[in-house]
Amino acid sequence: MRSLATDVPAECLLEVSNVSKAFPGVVALDDVSLRVKRGTVHALIGENGAGKSTLMKIIAGIYTPDTGELHLHGSSVHLSSPRQALQNGIAMIHQELNLMPFMSVAENIWIGREPVNALGLISHRELHRKTRALLERLRIDVDPQAEVRTLSIARRQMIEIAKALSHESQLLIMDEPTSALTERDAEHLFAIIRELQAQGKSILYITHKMEELFEIADELSVLRDGRYIGSASPRALTRDEIIRMMVGRELSQIFPGAPARPGAVVLSARDLTLEPQFRNVSFDLHAGEILGIAGLVGSGRSQLAEALFGLTAASSGQLWIEGCEVKLDSPQAAMSRGMAFVTEDRKETGCFLRLSVLENLEIAVLKGAFVRCGFVRKRAATQACAAMSRLLGVKTPDLHERIENLSGGNQQKVLLGRWLLTRPKILILDEPTRGVDVGAKAEIHQLIARLVADGAAVLMISSEMPEILGMSHRIMVMHEGRVTGILEREQADQVKIMELAAG
Amino acid sequence: MSQALAQRTVDARSARRARRFPPAASILMVLIGLALTFELLGWILVRQSFLLNEQRLVVMILQVSVIGIIAVGVTQVIITGGIDLSSGSVVAVTAMVAASLAQSSEAVRAVYPSLTDLPVLVPVIAGLAVGAAAGLLNGTLVAYTSIPPFIATLGVMVSARGIAKWYTHGQPVSMLNDAYAAIGSGVVPVVIFLGTALVFHIALRYTRYGKFTYAIGANPQAARISGINVARHLIVVYTIAGTLSGLAGIVTSARAVSGQAGMGMMYELDAIAAAVIGGASLSGGIGRITGTVIGTLILGVVTSGFTFLRIDAYYQEIVKGAIIVAAVIADQYRHRAGGKRA
Repeated sequence: MRSLATDVPAECLLEVSNVSKAFPGVVALDDVSLRVKRGTVHALIGENGAGKSTLMKIIAGIYTPDTGELHLHGSSVHLSSPRQALQNGIAMIHQELNLMPFMSVAENIWIGREPVNALGLISHRELHRKTRALLERLRIDVDPQAEVRTLSIARRQMIEIAKALSHESQLLIMDEPTSALTERDAEHLFAIIRELQAQGKSILYITHKMEELFEIADELSVLRDGRYIGSASPRALTRDEIIRMMVGRELSQIFPGAPARPGAVVLSARDLTLEPQFRNVSFDLHAGEILGIAGLVGSGRSQLAEALFGLTAASSGQLWIEGCEVKLDSPQAAMSRGMAFVTEDRKETGCFLRLSVLENLEIAVLKGAFVRCGFVRKRAATQACAAMSRLLGVKTPDLHERIENLSGGNQQKVLLGRWLLTRPKILILDEPTRGVDVGAKAEIHQLIARLVADGAAVLMISSEMPEILGMSHRIMVMHEGRVTGILEREQADQVKIMELAAG
Repeated sequence: MSQALAQRTVDARSARRARRFPPAASILMVLIGLALTFELLGWILVRQSFLLNEQRLVVMILQVSVIGIIAVGVTQVIITGGIDLSSGSVVAVTAMVAASLAQSSEAVRAVYPSLTDLPVLVPVIAGLAVGAAAGLLNGTLVAYTSIPPFIATLGVMVSARGIAKWYTHGQPVSMLNDAYAAIGSGVVPVVIFLGTALVFHIALRYTRYGKFTYAIGANPQAARISGINVARHLIVVYTIAGTLSGLAGIVTSARAVSGQAGMGMMYELDAIAAAVIGGASLSGGIGRITGTVIGTLILGVVTSGFTFLRIDAYYQEIVKGAIIVAAVIADQYRHRAGGKRA
């Protein structure tokens, strides 16, 4: 791709040229170029994992690109820290807010830059005056002395924006700012965004929501699999065209053909509800079936999985396992019914990083045949774990290696192995191949297919379209905590899923 | 790429080499090094052997036996990612309660004049029960409230000390019967210490109790999802630690042939130090009883070594502090290096 740096139009504020960034095992961005014009709202869209967040973080100075350049006002800049980005007029408003709850609004906004009096002490009067002026300019009605923890999420978001602008930023990066806002708060946010735009600021706006594109974006750029697909005005496109730009990809991987004849219903849910995470979720899961669950981040999929496994009990609704109504209020209860759960976050909720592969494998089966009078039957447990490790092809020097030293794919295999040792009838997999390299991914897919062929029932949450489409017999799509549709494999395609997922 | 690969191979090789040594080996070296240093200084400064004196060695272990008993319990708490600050005060309460039930009929002003000359089992069981109750309280606070273990056990530490003073309005409990005093005489405390250590070494290494303890410390969320009843297990671990503090209180009062409200002062810190010197990580998931035993012996060697060289007790404390800090620094360095199991 040719460099665009030579003929920058005057109104171009930020230009990203040929930026690439790789992480161990994945190429997050591949030769991406992008221009943000002054005084515009530029939306960045793409599926989960398309590289949006990585690009944002490069622009905000959190990551440095492997190759490629950033140009601000036509001149090349090198941003090696968020602080440097701020000094260059770029501020990022994170999805998870970074305010200190026990400090006042004014203290939060000016932290590290407090005005001082003649004695070198902080002048609170001046601090509050400056804050009031800033908030008035943005038409945000908040007391500068209020403690942040007393404010609603929406108000906190506005304070974040005010903080960003207090640095005299020219470019504001917003990562799904409305994900935690009500419709009315979102309206207020849009009003502020339009106001900023009128003042000549630019906004780079990540979103998953179609309506927002049409409402506030002047221009949109699409990323897919770490590549830049194209830019356009949202007014020139239809909703379907935008979705096609986001997902337009052939199924390149070969998935193991799942057997087509599912058996009896093993798990049946009716009107499961846990406000505000999900509501009225009903579905049946058959033996020998993979039910894929698609949806955007924040659609309540993982919370549903946690409730099914008894981690946070649903507040209402019914659940049957093999025809018996059950109440699952703890993981032990779920396990005793033959359930297993491989969580989404390998490091946070899966691995015991400081313990060995063996200890990670055996932990869920320390009962029955493997324990006598409280003593672990070491030989039996080790043999079973070694056999499982061989079956899964875990690459490790030996079973006593710390799991920390294994690659992501091998860690994931160990976690699968931990649950397979319990011989589950119902297996819940949350993002089973996230952050796993291609080879291990295929092996994990093969393994899941084999389990299903042996009669296990699998509930598989995945944000990867090819995985969902390639593996599932049926696909349940969720949007903001509701099931928006259950598609048969034959009638499902990426566009339909995206439409249901976008609500 | 090939460079990275070479690095990995080297890492793997060094990790494998590290495993051939028992993990407690490095701290054992420190113990031997310290002992040899005192041996050398002994010949230079006081013209005596430090190690070739059976009596001194027995006294040395005897002095730290009580700390060692507590440290065995505290190590388990630390492995779960917690801490127990209440041990020293629990020693005082149990010493008072057990002593009050172990008085001989010759005692003037006995706490319970009608309950003298009871069988020795009575004060022992009462003492262990008091310790277990304190541990149960610690465990319940840690498992069912969101207050950190540091604060929960700090509260119990302060209150337990108060109870110890209130129990006899500050009066010491003396004139204990011979059977009770026998618990603290001769090498009995050493036997109790090493016996306790052996039992819990086996429990941590070979039982489900041990596996769950390490798992909870390494990742409480993953432990819960793996079907471990984390709250219940934490209560068990803290109760065991409390019971061992109670045992330490019994030994302390039997050795002194009296119970005093000021007993066990700062013992919790020595016990934590012994565990940490022995390789237990305050962030949980790592620690061994063998290491703790060696850590306890290191504290003993330092104490008796300085006495042997007739150096002021002040210096002894200064050096002890430095050793504790050095051990934690070494511990963190080991974790940054990743690799081997500690």
